[in-house]
Amino acid sequence: MEERRTRTPRWAMAIDLDRCTGCEACVVACHAENNLPLSTPEEAAKGRAVHWIRVDRYWEGEFPDIRLKYMPVLCQHCEHAPCEPVCPVYATYHTADGLNAQVYNRCIGTRYCANNCPYSVRFFNFFEPVWPAPLSLGLNPDVAIRPGGVMEKCTFCVQRIKRARREASLEGRPLRDGDVQPACAQSCPAEAIVFGDLADPDSEVSRRAGSARSTRLLEDLGTEPKVFYLSRLSSR
Amino acid sequence: MDRTADSTPVLGPERVARREQIFADLLGPLESVGRRWVLAATVSAAFVAWAAFAWAWQLLHGIGVAGIRRPVFWGFYIVNFVFWIGISHAGTLISAILRLTGATWRKPVTRAAEAITVFALMIGAMFPIIHLGQAWKFYWLIPYPNERLIWPNFRSPLLWDVTAIFTYLSASFLYLYLPLIPDLALLAGRSHGLRRRLYCLLSLGWRGSSREWHALEHAMKLMAAVILAVAVSVHTVVSWDFAMAITPTWHSTIFGPYFVAGAIFSGIAALVIVMAALRRFLGFHNYLLPVHFDNLGKLLLLMSLVWTYFTVAEYLTIWYGKQPAEYVILQERVYGSYAPYFWAMVALNFVLPFLLLGIRRWRTIGSVTLCGFTVLAGMWIERYLIVVSTLSRPRLASAWGSYSPSWVEISITAGTFAGIVLLYLVFSKLFPVIAVWEYEDVSGRPL
Repeated sequence: MEERRTRTPRWAMAIDLDRCTGCEACVVACHAENNLPLSTPEEAAKGRAVHWIRVDRYWEGEFPDIRLKYMPVLCQHCEHAPCEPVCPVYATYHTADGLNAQVYNRCIGTRYCANNCPYSVRFFNFFEPVWPAPLSLGLNPDVAIRPGGVMEKCTFCVQRIKRARREASLEGRPLRDGDVQPACAQSCPAEAIVFGDLADPDSEVSRRAGSARSTRLLEDLGTEPKVFYLSRLSSR
Repeated sequence: MDRTADSTPVLGPERVARREQIFADLLGPLESVGRRWVLAATVSAAFVAWAAFAWAWQLLHGIGVAGIRRPVFWGFYIVNFVFWIGISHAGTLISAILRLTGATWRKPVTRAAEAITVFALMIGAMFPIIHLGQAWKFYWLIPYPNERLIWPNFRSPLLWDVTAIFTYLSASFLYLYLPLIPDLALLAGRSHGLRRRLYCLLSLGWRGSSREWHALEHAMKLMAAVILAVAVSVHTVVSWDFAMAITPTWHSTIFGPYFVAGAIFSGIAALVIVMAALRRFLGFHNYLLPVHFDNLGKLLLLMSLVWTYFTVAEYLTIWYGKQPAEYVILQERVYGSYAPYFWAMVALNFVLPFLLLGIRRWRTIGSVTLCGFTVLAGMWIERYLIVVSTLSRPRLASAWGSYSPSWVEISITAGTFAGIVLLYLVFSKLFPVIAVWEYEDVSGRPL
């Protein structure tokens, strides 16, 4: 027990593609939780809409024998993140618990990190964000608003990790598996997304990451992503 | 520096007349401002002012007024950055090579070239700042003890860039300035009022003693050697902004030499254009001779072939390997939506120069100048293809996108071309564009 308290966690996620229905509840939940900037139809058509998590679609086979595969893609929080060394001002760096963090106050907007991200999960604030009333009343006070001209991306809901850790320490207990739930995992009706500590061999995410179905996206690049995809087996 | 070649002990009347002729030819443009100059300066200043307005607009409303978007996060600004840093190789590198190899025909060419370097660098160095999301924080890239208690990240190629460009700018400024000193002293003796004070100040008390000449020659030789190394490293570092990324088709070991060759190529093209303009508008017909254009035309042809070789090597390996992430970009360039740019680049950088400069009968002042323009356009397109077509096809197809520039980017780009014209116009009225002392001993000593 004592050993668990002092151990540094390694936060990771497992996504079961067999369960994902492509409903995009995770996308909506992420928008609400993380104060994602709004977009206009014109800006979105230009490719400037911000979605920290998106659901990619892959069509497989030939008509009429077609299969559709959904794949939620978010920041993979790579162990060897290509975005990190290229930032000239340390705005993106690796935390001790394995998160790929973005420090908005340090970012000057070179956008090099986004060019070097093979997963295209980094987003840029082209303008100052605006929330017309009453949307401005729905902002999450735990999450910083990003100014114009800086990069942003999925944080693994770091505010929820911090809150869970604070609550655990107030109650004088170690963090338990399942204490931290990012907005996407919490809102997934099919329970396809599981979040947890990879350093804990008994956690659900460790169990799933060790599954025979477990793969990682663009693994051959050597980025050591910390999002594990359980590949789809069912035929339809 | 073959001032000692002619060792007539006393200045004969013929000699004096020749001297006066050279002074009149080379210093004449400094003494009056013609109608054409005023017109050119006004038009280019108007373009520059419009570009300044466009940049102010961007600072006020956000970088989103530019056309960049996801996934093409780098657009015109980075293309221009690479382009202008490439142009800057006109000068310093070419004049250093010619100086070190003792090519005597370089005399009227070097200063015109060195001035291009300084101006192109000043313009090129602005673009990474214009391109920033929060341009007013550009100084965060400079390493100095600060209240943020954080150093810049020296692992980032962007920081290598900052370092390399500052080094190159200061070195090439010195390299332009050193050989100007004897001419500035000459001008100080021949002008009045404010101008005289300016030249006196800038000539640093030059008297033309043999000790001073000796020191100057040493300094210039040293700077020529230093600048060669700096210039090669600068464009290599610029290429590493791309090659160090794992982005498909950027991550290429050939990029360092490929970019250096492309930079020298476009540099010579810019030099040829400037020389043709000087010959035409300042009447330097007796100084910028057909032989200069012929020699630079051959040099341009050589660099065209080197550039073509690198391009073939780069494209052939990607085509043969057919790795999906890279091959899809090659397809876009060669047969896809960027094909018009690609084939225009091939025509402008290879086919036209190969024919016009390769066939001796066709290699005239006019055709060499024309090739200068085609190569500049072709090399701009080359950088556009490298930056934009690559970024529009990231590894995951769901993020594929496209890019088109906004009026802000186009205005700023046009403004920089007008900017270098304006800088050159002002320069040609303040300083002799051809080094007078390389033709005549300006110290008054008998030659």
